Amino acid sequence: MKALPASYQPLGHVMQSVALTPEFRTRPVSRAARLAQLVPTLVLLPTLVTTGIYIFVFVCWNIYLSLSSSTLLPVYDFAGFDAYTRLWRNPRWTTGVQNLAVFGTLYIVFSVLVGVTLAILMDQRVKGENFLRSIFLYPIAISFVVTGTTWQWILNPSTGLEKFFHDLGWTGFEFSLITNRETALYAVVLAAVWHASGFVMVMVLAALRGVDQDVVKAGRIDGASMIKIYRRIILPSIWPVMISVLIILLQFAIKTFDLVLALTHGGPGISTTFPAIFVYDRLFAAGELAQGAAAAVWLLIGLIVVLLPVIALGWVYRKHKTGGGHG
Amino acid sequence: MADAQTLPDFNRKRPFNARLLASRVLVYATLIVVGLFAIMPLAVIFLNSLRYNEDILRESFIGWPTRTTLENWDVAWSSACINASCTGVEPYFWASMLMVVPATMISTAIGLLNGFALTKWKMPFASVVFVAITIGVFLPPQVVLLPWAIALSWLGLSKSLAGLALVHIIQGTCFTTLFCRNYLINLPDDLIKAARIDGAGFFRTFWKIVVPLSPPIIIVTVIWQFTFIWNEFLFAVTFSSSDFRPITAALMSLNADDTGVSEYGFGSAAVLIAAIPPLLIYFFGGRYFVRGLTQGAVK
Repeated sequence: MKALPASYQPLGHVMQSVALTPEFRTRPVSRAARLAQLVPTLVLLPTLVTTGIYIFVFVCWNIYLSLSSSTLLPVYDFAGFDAYTRLWRNPRWTTGVQNLAVFGTLYIVFSVLVGVTLAILMDQRVKGENFLRSIFLYPIAISFVVTGTTWQWILNPSTGLEKFFHDLGWTGFEFSLITNRETALYAVVLAAVWHASGFVMVMVLAALRGVDQDVVKAGRIDGASMIKIYRRIILPSIWPVMISVLIILLQFAIKTFDLVLALTHGGPGISTTFPAIFVYDRLFAAGELAQGAAAAVWLLIGLIVVLLPVIALGWVYRKHKTGGGHG
Repeated sequence: MADAQTLPDFNRKRPFNARLLASRVLVYATLIVVGLFAIMPLAVIFLNSLRYNEDILRESFIGWPTRTTLENWDVAWSSACINASCTGVEPYFWASMLMVVPATMISTAIGLLNGFALTKWKMPFASVVFVAITIGVFLPPQVVLLPWAIALSWLGLSKSLAGLALVHIIQGTCFTTLFCRNYLINLPDDLIKAARIDGAGFFRTFWKIVVPLSPPIIIVTVIWQFTFIWNEFLFAVTFSSSDFRPITAALMSLNADDTGVSEYGFGSAAVLIAAIPPLLIYFFGGRYFVRGLTQGAVK
């Protein structure tokens, strides 16, 4: 029904044409023609250089600075893992790491839950699908700064929801999610889930539309209930998309910075501080360059550690699938 | 088409089914409730941008305007005070625009050229490039923040529009190259081969064949680059100063500025002004926006 499967068609065609077309390079080539063959390489070269610097040189540079004794200004000496050990004694950092673990888990679980539920509901041939999709998805187009600012106003007890219900006459209503040390982190989760669940819904819905309808029909004829069809046939076949969604959400979680700054400024106290905030604070406010660089290295390690298993899972799935002859 | 016609028959066999009706009601009710939740924040700040600030403070942040005014928009745009300079968000809006538009266009153009070179020409190190750009897409920006700051000051570009644009072009090229590569790899090789037999070189083939066939991916890439760079905050706040400050960084200052009475009225208008460009792109290019999401991420 959707144009999705059609895009796979040209691939086979391309493969065939590659095999059938004669070799052009056997023709005697002039100097100019040989130069012309260099053009694509020259086109790629700037990107290769800048990306190489950006990834390799900059990361190594950052690692080097994390091992130095730099404070206000970069100093190129070697101080060992001093910055790293001081890092883990700093409550701002350890609280941040704990917050990230809790936030990341809740953020991913709830975004996926809400997103998958919405996608399944949207898949029930509802009227006004496009309209509903625009409404669910628009938050992803809005910046974290705007998201955080808006939710801060709404959740703030003295202006937002609490006052709203008090004015309606429900004076006992208490909603101090964002001002309470114990719960402020959940306010961040709420805003982040609001931001991401539409995105998850769209991804999952696209995957649901790609599911083989014949298998679904066969299941229906066999008298399987809708719930059973979803659990046994449809959900297992949308794993590749779920892996992509996971990778993107994990990235968002680890980079969480502007949302929290706009929503809670890391507070009350340091109750909603995050590792990315710590990095920025050390580098540009506290004048602790080595420590900030060390924290950034930990962010990179954290990202690799959580991403690798997910990416590996994706590979295993893909291998498994091509091995099974589906291609 | 056959699917669409045969499937509803499963439902039609049963003339009236209370359970089926109940489940339909449940489906719509859930979608509408979640939809209202999703639209609520935008609706609230939109309504507040039309209310008088004293009304907002007296009633609550959430409420229907009893009397409306457009003054907030005027104040937010041209006279609100941010960091002690009362210029409104106008200079920041244009600063963002001047930085985002060139960065988007340049990174998209480079990405398309790279995608073409990577997929349709025999490249000695194509796989190295592919791995490098993929890492570039995933790299947390914090880990390159300090080196960027030092490098930009060496280049004499620290805290300038050109410096921030350069950062976004170099970082964004990884993303655009990956996107364009994934699109162009599905483009039939025959066309390129035919052009090459006719003696067309790299750039001629690119102009005459690749560009005319690429509007879908160009639109998707432009939409995503624009939205991403416009909304980006970490680099924006790090590599900006009072002379040049993108709107996300300015908005954070406005938000953090809790001296005196809270000005929710023009604050809401300022927030909306910052959200309008990506929202416009989203509502007009929605189809491409979704396509970018589903295509780019599945690969």
